Amino acid sequence: MADVDITSQTMDGMGPHGTKVGLLRVLGPAHVWALGVGIVLVGEYMGWNFAVGKGGAYAALIACWFAGILYSCVAMIDSEVTSTVASAGGQYTQAKHIIGPLMAFNVGLYLVFAYTMLEAANAITAGYLFYVVAQMTGHAGDLDQRPFIILVIMFLAWLNYRGVLATLTFNLVITAIAFIAIIVLFLSTSGILGGGIMEHAALFEGHELPYGWIGVLAAMHFGLWYYLGIEGTTQAAEEVRSPARALPFGTLAGIMTLLIAATLTWYVCSGVLPWEFLGDGVNGSVAPLFDTARLSGSTALVWLLGFGTLFATLASANGCINDASRAWFAMGRDKYLPGWFGAVHPKYRTPYRAIVFLVPIALIFALGAPLDQVITFSILSGLLGYTFMPLNIILFRRKWPLETIKRGYEHPFHPIPAITLLTLCAVTFFAVFLGYGTQLVAMIGFYIVVSLWFHFWRYRFVNRGAQFTMPWPKPRGY
Amino acid sequence: MDLWNWLEYGAWGLSALFGLHMAIDWLKTDSTYSEDVLTSSREGELEAMAEERKGH
Repeated sequence: MADVDITSQTMDGMGPHGTKVGLLRVLGPAHVWALGVGIVLVGEYMGWNFAVGKGGAYAALIACWFAGILYSCVAMIDSEVTSTVASAGGQYTQAKHIIGPLMAFNVGLYLVFAYTMLEAANAITAGYLFYVVAQMTGHAGDLDQRPFIILVIMFLAWLNYRGVLATLTFNLVITAIAFIAIIVLFLSTSGILGGGIMEHAALFEGHELPYGWIGVLAAMHFGLWYYLGIEGTTQAAEEVRSPARALPFGTLAGIMTLLIAATLTWYVCSGVLPWEFLGDGVNGSVAPLFDTARLSGSTALVWLLGFGTLFATLASANGCINDASRAWFAMGRDKYLPGWFGAVHPKYRTPYRAIVFLVPIALIFALGAPLDQVITFSILSGLLGYTFMPLNIILFRRKWPLETIKRGYEHPFHPIPAITLLTLCAVTFFAVFLGYGTQLVAMIGFYIVVSLWFHFWRYRFVNRGAQFTMPWPKPRGY
Repeated sequence: MDLWNWLEYGAWGLSALFGLHMAIDWLKTDSTYSEDVLTSSREGELEAMAEERKGH
């Protein structure tokens, strides 16, 4: 940002301003990695295998890699924009600066819904895991899952309330254990360490693509599950010590980790579990990595993958609370929502009102809504967010070309990643429409209604000038 | 009553404790500090400081 005078009248920003209590800048690249991978890794432990049910094992692999391309584009685009718009709110703040208030309001809601729904889904899953462990250890009668679901949400909200450093250090440890568990399972069952139990050829014979290429397309919906949430790294932007370095480093290391974890997960599970069983995530394999460990005959692997499943679930819920609260806080700070939500705790330096406010919402969905509907709402909100990203980066490059603002990271081959991302989003929307057309239409209807509310009522309360406090030059063409 | 029944009660109790801790601290914080201080956060503080330093 050389040659930029932020007190100039021609500037987009408001100049130095009087923050008395702000979010604490204490995070490094490892925390950014833990936030992104932590939210996603549960998708490797459960959920991705519905893609096998839609089109067979090969379809799930094709979906895994196509979704991998989609998310690599997401990670590259996010790394460039966020290393420049280093502010809480992530994509909401990007939309506010680069596109406009209505887009920002919608993107902010996509983020809050995607993460709060995912948090609720994780809490439901954690309750179910406690139920399974109780059954396995001989508990007589049905375990009441509700106290465990509530405990997961309350404990993680409390951790988030008390400070971001402890929250994401906790995520770093449990995410690393969950990732190492996948590596150990791969090494132990593939024949690299000891005898292998892989039977790919026998299991695939005659079932290569059971529903043809339309099955591959349908599998794309759940292919997202391998990586859904990596874009959450951007929410740490205002709390990292060095945004220009930590955000691209943590995000890109995160997507590389997930590409490895997703491919290994597919390889291990599809080589041990028959596709009909693997693809049925409700009555068949609920937790495929755990099921693979059970079939390996090793008690140590069963324990390791059991803890891996629980840790991945907790890490995801923890990251979701962090991200949803930052998006809600940022919208409150700009008065897109009541300004009361824009408060920072003077001791813990966290957006404490946003964190506490979202707790009952997560509890209502975790205790009162079916898991598949909660997950679908989360995926659809995420997908709408990804569709915004290519438009965002194209406008960002056009309004502020590379020579006008110094980026922490410049993604290569622009605009190819943006076009690729937009194309893959269109394919995935079609795949979602095949399976969940009603929910897709209902959700788009919901966002249209809230957009009208924002345009005709809420926008009058927005801090129209004060919301832009980045010391940026005026956009080209304005 | 086996171990899991006790764990159920423990989970209810711990949930209530975490919730209470947040609620009490929230009320205490809101009554100790003024709204101006609590909502004074603005984005771009780091960038503004960097620019300020460059100007001096």
